[in-house]
Amino acid sequence: MARKQNEKIVSLEEFQEKIDRDEKIEPKDSMPEAYRKTLIRQIGQHAHSEVVGMLPEGNWITRAPTLRRKLSLLAKVQDEAGHGLYLYCAAETLGKSRMEMNQELLSGKAKYSSIFNYPTPTWADIGAIGWLVDGAAIMNQIPLCRCSYGPYARAMIRICKEESFHQRQGYEIMLTLAKGTKAQKEMAQRALNRWWWPSVMMFGPSDADSPNTENSVKWKIKRYTNDELRQKFVDAIVPQAEKIGLTVPDKDLKWDKKRNNGQGGYAYGEINWDEFWRVVRGDGPMNNERISAKQKAWNEGSWVRAAAHAHALKKQTALQAAE
Amino acid sequence: MKSNMADMVFEGLLRIADDNLILGHRTSEWCGHAPTLEEDLALPNIALDLIGHAQTLYCLACEINSRYKNEDQLAFLRLEHEYKNLLLVEQENGDFGNTVLRLFYFSTFMKYFWERVKIECCFTKLKEFSEKAFLETSYHSRYASQWVVTLGDGTDESNLKMSNAIANLEPFLGELFNNDDFTEMCSQNDFLPEPTSIFDSWKNEVKAILQKGNLDFPDIILKKRGGRKGEHSEAFGYLLSDLQYMQRAYPNSSW
Repeated sequence: MARKQNEKIVSLEEFQEKIDRDEKIEPKDSMPEAYRKTLIRQIGQHAHSEVVGMLPEGNWITRAPTLRRKLSLLAKVQDEAGHGLYLYCAAETLGKSRMEMNQELLSGKAKYSSIFNYPTPTWADIGAIGWLVDGAAIMNQIPLCRCSYGPYARAMIRICKEESFHQRQGYEIMLTLAKGTKAQKEMAQRALNRWWWPSVMMFGPSDADSPNTENSVKWKIKRYTNDELRQKFVDAIVPQAEKIGLTVPDKDLKWDKKRNNGQGGYAYGEINWDEFWRVVRGDGPMNNERISAKQKAWNEGSWVRAAAHAHALKKQTALQAAE
Repeated sequence: MKSNMADMVFEGLLRIADDNLILGHRTSEWCGHAPTLEEDLALPNIALDLIGHAQTLYCLACEINSRYKNEDQLAFLRLEHEYKNLLLVEQENGDFGNTVLRLFYFSTFMKYFWERVKIECCFTKLKEFSEKAFLETSYHSRYASQWVVTLGDGTDESNLKMSNAIANLEPFLGELFNNDDFTEMCSQNDFLPEPTSIFDSWKNEVKAILQKGNLDFPDIILKKRGGRKGEHSEAFGYLLSDLQYMQRAYPNSSW
């Protein structure tokens, strides 16, 4: 990115001192290239996840069981489009255009959260996504409200408010199903079985295999490691599942009083990292479908965008001629 | 309310509610598949308004007819011939141009419709609701009109696609303005305006917008009709299969 001549280039040490003083980094501030790149990657992936995440849930808008549920799902999916826009704008402050990020999503170069490569075959999946996926997202995102990069931190404050509303909504869907008929309760349990492990994996590889974590923590982009966040998630969700009479599908799950520095926490079973990496690399149940749907929408919309561009040019020309 | 008046109000509310529900359903099908992220936000937002209008109207209808215990029974558990929506709103979306043109036709009609309800309607609860409905449909009409102009004026390709959309939707416009015995009764009782009484305002606005987009105003003669009597097109059955799936597959459940 081109720098202004009078922009002060700070040394890595000065930059770190600024971070350590908890000062926010703003778009025009000097920053190490690695910091910029890490943020572009992270915010871009986050934006893509919001946009791709609209698909598995959008699936159920036309089939939602009541008008009330239909309206909340529509509002939720619309919030996600809003988050996507908001985050693309935050990433643009770092010098990468939305068009470029979109191309990377469509070409498969850029990643989005692997969780959206799992299918939503039943209505209960909408409950499970809200409860678990948005729940995991909040665990990740609340610390990001204090992220060192100003525009991202500010975007996250608003996004977190909406996400926590979504999570309550999802849990309430599951609660209603769990209290419902036998068929509804079974539907809820099957959805929990499907979404539990992918949600636990959402925090990314364990700390030992997470090369980006160290810098991100040092630069206060990340405040907790993947495993710390995963533990918080498991500790929060297990009692919620118990409360509504659903069973977390992990036979090794048990209370361990040594966890969380002796305050206690849940020990959980082995995560299937082969599955995690397989889905990340493109071989999940819905990777092709998700990207194909986005490519199709983009290609079929090209005449619309071309028309909007042509119309705007004509208007501009007419305006200039009138001046 | 006397029973014949109650029947009239119930039927009138159903007609408007069904139009809104079904167009909301179609509009919501775009979610995640629109040409830009902004449209991915706008279309679900509009669907939310339309289905929200339907919900309020069904609730009012349930207050009048005790045969229906709640709004969901009306929205999800009637048989095909019991839905009274226009054929226009149940047609498949087609491309984005066809979608926004239909939205423009319908929301411009509804804008003038609600404006009249605001002034003339004898049913207080509907009159109160019309304030909000008028504002929201005015916004939908403005949103859609901008796209109609943009796509009509944009490129040769987009102009052709919009001309095709005009031809495609033309047979369904007559029904929008068709008076029948029922609409006459509603008007005589100061309940709802007659559709023909909205025609001039609608035509002036639609013509002006189409003109801005270098598009021709279509002939409006009664061609395809039947929706108001519960006679629907083939596409409607598929729509109901989606809409009603959960309520039919899991009867008597709470959600």
